[in-house]
Amino acid sequence: MSKRDPLLVIGTPAAKVDGLTKSTGQEIFADDIALPQMLYGKMLGATVPHARIRSIDVSRAEALPGVKAIITGIEMPIKYGILPVSEDEYPLEIDRVRFVGDPVAAVAAIDEATAEEAVRLIEVDYEELPGAFDIEEGLEPVDAEHRIHDYGLRDNVHKQVHLHFGDVDDAMESATSVHEGVYFYSGTNHLAMEEHSAVAQYGADGRLTIWSSTQTPHYVHKAMAKVLSMPASRIRIVATPNGGGFGGKSDPFPHEFCAARLSIVSGRPVKITLTREEVFYMHRGRHPVLMWLRSGHDASGAITALDFKSYVDGGSYGSYGVASTYYTGALQTVTYKVPNYRFRGVRVFTNKPACGPKRGHGTPQPRFALEIHLDKIAEKLGLDPVAMRRSMLVDEYTMTANHMRITSCGLDECLEKIATASDFANLRGNLPYGKGIGVAVGSYMSGAGLPIYWNKMPHTSVDLKVDRGGGVCAKCMEIDIGQGSNSVLAMTVAEVLGLEPGDIQLVVSDTDTTPIDLGSYSSRVTFMMGNAAKEAAEKIREMLLAAAAEKLEVQATDLVLRHHRVEHRETGEGISFADTVPLAEAMFGQLSSTGSYTPPRLSGPYKGSGVGPSPAYSYSAAAVLVDVDPETGVVTPERVWMAHDVGRAVNPVLVEGQVEGGVYMALGEILMEEQVFRKGLHKIPSMLDYKSPTFLEMPPVETFIVESIDGEGPFGAKEVGQGPLLPMPPAVANAIYDAVGVRIDELPITPEKVVAALTDLEQGGPGRVGPEEVPDIDWGEALDVDPVWYDQAAEDWIPATRRRESD
Amino acid sequence: MLRLPPFEFRPARSAEEAVEIWGENEGRAMYLAGGTDLIPNMKRRQFEPPVLVGIRRLEDGRNVETEDDGSLVIGAGATLRQLADEPGIVADFAGLAQAAGQVANLQIQRVGTIGGNLCVDTRCNYYNQSYEWRRSVGFCMKKDGDICLVAPGSSKCWAISSSDSAPALIALGARVELRGKDGVRQIELGQLYQDDGIEYLTRRPDELLTRVLVPAPRPGQRSAYTKIRRRGSFDFPILGVGASLRIEDGVIRDARVVLGAVHTHPLIVQKAADLLEGETPSLELLEAAAEAAYRKATPLDNADLVYYWRKRVTRVHVRRTLARLCGLEAEAETAN
Repeated sequence: MSKRDPLLVIGTPAAKVDGLTKSTGQEIFADDIALPQMLYGKMLGATVPHARIRSIDVSRAEALPGVKAIITGIEMPIKYGILPVSEDEYPLEIDRVRFVGDPVAAVAAIDEATAEEAVRLIEVDYEELPGAFDIEEGLEPVDAEHRIHDYGLRDNVHKQVHLHFGDVDDAMESATSVHEGVYFYSGTNHLAMEEHSAVAQYGADGRLTIWSSTQTPHYVHKAMAKVLSMPASRIRIVATPNGGGFGGKSDPFPHEFCAARLSIVSGRPVKITLTREEVFYMHRGRHPVLMWLRSGHDASGAITALDFKSYVDGGSYGSYGVASTYYTGALQTVTYKVPNYRFRGVRVFTNKPACGPKRGHGTPQPRFALEIHLDKIAEKLGLDPVAMRRSMLVDEYTMTANHMRITSCGLDECLEKIATASDFANLRGNLPYGKGIGVAVGSYMSGAGLPIYWNKMPHTSVDLKVDRGGGVCAKCMEIDIGQGSNSVLAMTVAEVLGLEPGDIQLVVSDTDTTPIDLGSYSSRVTFMMGNAAKEAAEKIREMLLAAAAEKLEVQATDLVLRHHRVEHRETGEGISFADTVPLAEAMFGQLSSTGSYTPPRLSGPYKGSGVGPSPAYSYSAAAVLVDVDPETGVVTPERVWMAHDVGRAVNPVLVEGQVEGGVYMALGEILMEEQVFRKGLHKIPSMLDYKSPTFLEMPPVETFIVESIDGEGPFGAKEVGQGPLLPMPPAVANAIYDAVGVRIDELPITPEKVVAALTDLEQGGPGRVGPEEVPDIDWGEALDVDPVWYDQAAEDWIPATRRRESD
Repeated sequence: MLRLPPFEFRPARSAEEAVEIWGENEGRAMYLAGGTDLIPNMKRRQFEPPVLVGIRRLEDGRNVETEDDGSLVIGAGATLRQLADEPGIVADFAGLAQAAGQVANLQIQRVGTIGGNLCVDTRCNYYNQSYEWRRSVGFCMKKDGDICLVAPGSSKCWAISSSDSAPALIALGARVELRGKDGVRQIELGQLYQDDGIEYLTRRPDELLTRVLVPAPRPGQRSAYTKIRRRGSFDFPILGVGASLRIEDGVIRDARVVLGAVHTHPLIVQKAADLLEGETPSLELLEAAAEAAYRKATPLDNADLVYYWRKRVTRVHVRRTLARLCGLEAEAETAN
């Protein structure tokens, strides 16, 4: 294949390779697994939010017929955590519980009902401790013995960040106008349809196998070996297809360790499937974030400086929290030119379920604040919100002040597309009272540039093996969580080898049999695995071309693989793929290959620069038309226009699906979802009472795919899994302002907040609901970093940068 | 998943047999029709009856018949979807069709019965929770405890009446037939309910609700039901407005306004009816009736959204519902 050859598979709206398997019920999810002699496990959660465990009495549970094993924390006294800097969890807590639901014991029994009854018979004696339940409380000084953890910066402060690029104060001083705002984004749950489930089997051979609905089998593998003190070589993790993940299955979880330990103790396979209520407690969802920002602008409205603070409610454990905190400050600079930038962030521990990554991981919150803030400024300066944004976008192949490398950027085209399609310029400000239109943009990473634990190894690898019969098997530890990564793998290999996606046999997400992939998080799979798959397939292709060239007595460069054939590009003369394979095997031996991908070294010259860099950023822009009932405050989104720069659409149908899914998930966060706690107890841990939209609440979405053909993405592709969520919350808030003239600067935007703001407006107030101020804390010394100026070409900084079409 | 507690299932073929089986198991049996409310509640251990008397297949249990005089006789086992789709009900008892068609979702409407919806358990977000959750918060008086967690000073339970069909049917003047070990009786539907979140029905435990009787519509009668909930599906009401009236010679007659989900029982707003009686419809008049409803509503902090918002929109939705019935919705819109 050369550039002359058109793509035959990539870019086609193909059905998912596992679509029929899933829709006909043949797919085996973790909870579908039933092994001979299998036991059912159940964990006992804490009933109090913060307490010392005085004692645990399991004797009554032990006496219950049908109970086969009971474990408590002392059996697994080794801490783990997804980030090496915050390994602060035991599978079962030993001497202290930190949230209602924190697991303290687990039972394996002959059936679920017995296991459930048995955990009820376990008696735990707690000595209750004072707790912290929100950001303000989390910042308060506490006695050493009442700290939620005995590590972190101070009291219940887990992490604090203070980064400064350029000279923000000086730039503010000389700005034509300076604007401030305070915003709040509430915490939400992922609400994947499939509850977490794991089956563990400790075999007679001394090997442990765990089938788990996890997005990150590799990290579970590492944590399992550590906690169980077993060699990793004796542990096999098989990630089962996830019935939705959204970041909620990216940590190692207590039920995975408990199933394993219970299997070791009982000698029988053990399954633990969480209830929906338990999923709400395991949580790891969106962090609630309180934000303050100030921006300086020149006469044209362009940003001259940005000062941003975020206060992050972490819940009870570290999880991804250190990264999440950095993320609330990392990507403000990748959409608009920001020559001077300061970020201050703090994460506190509170006695609630731990927060972690959810679609957009730490970036939807600041995007919400920034995009509403800019909307307000556009109005103050008399600028059109779209035109203002378009006038200050980052340029392609440049660096940001905080050392993020921008490669391809189709954001201007995205804005142009949605503004035209929605007739934004004519509608904004001109719709009847109660109707409004708003716009916002966003950007997200195509995979984190750095792995979770420091290493120089590849982030992903794909093995290909070609059978003598012509069958091609692709192996990779990637896990399909519904986003379509299996299809991307098959399509990529099929494209290079002139086959069809359905021809490719996939072996995925198994630590024993597949080469590394770090997991389905940070929107990394298409970009990284795609590159690895392409490389592996190209190696096979070279062997096939050489063999066919010899057979056909032509130059290999004149041959092309297409339509199951190796044929002459011009004459079409050639031989079938299946017939070429034995020729190549005779020439080279068994046809196998490996492709890998390691991102270029992207981190900047400062501590904390590992969070935010990505080999490429996706861009999105959204316009939303809403109806607001001024009497009841009910907001109804009526139409959404979303343009997304995906680099290249590997499969346009899946791209549209991800866009629509992102819009849908965003609408829940905007209008309904909120993790509400009463004294640390989740108020509504069920899918009936924790409201999220249904089909009926979903407005029509018009999706525009923008292809900027990224220099480093496979075939130019970038991410689409997370980015499209980002512009939605501020676009809806901006549309509500256009509809009825009120500003709701916090999520969720519930009817009573709209009514309160309208009442405020009627009474001569500003017509706003949102936080008024942020806590004043000692941020310590700034880490001053020389900024990279935005007009500095990326190549000057990172030689590995490839512009589009360079391959 | 949450498992059901063990129980014995005793299906009955007739109402008489059902009452008889119940009698044999006095104090330990409950009736099970569609099960869409009871079964999930049992999973959460809100009810743990050792015996369930199946009443899903009672003879003539789900018949819907229009009598010669135009009145309606509904077997309590008729499904909600059956009522929502029945052309005669859609035409003459629109409020009932609208209420039945808005219960939960389509799947539940196809299984859930009208008798079940009229007797649906009262709800409270301190109560509709798993056993473990309730143990964490401290059990409430409705199950396993002795205080009200919504209103800790209260001696009574404040769980919310959450039936959609009750306000609609009360507005239509419906009566219900109850069969118990001492025979059959008929009462006004409004009298089926009482001001107690625990003992929310005046139905005796042995009694089986067998039929719903709706009087024939009088000339010019119109009815409507408005349901407020966060989503267009699944959710229980956080406000229900059942209304019926007729317009004769340009004036309103026989108006009834009944509120659901803002108290432990459906609230009949007699003052609204009095205000409307004999008057020419106008927005001012409807607003006055809506104000009377607003004053009567007493939502507490134990359901979705904040209680003061739920109270506030009672006025809005009563006015809008009445405006719809009086053909004034266009005026009501421009009045904003």
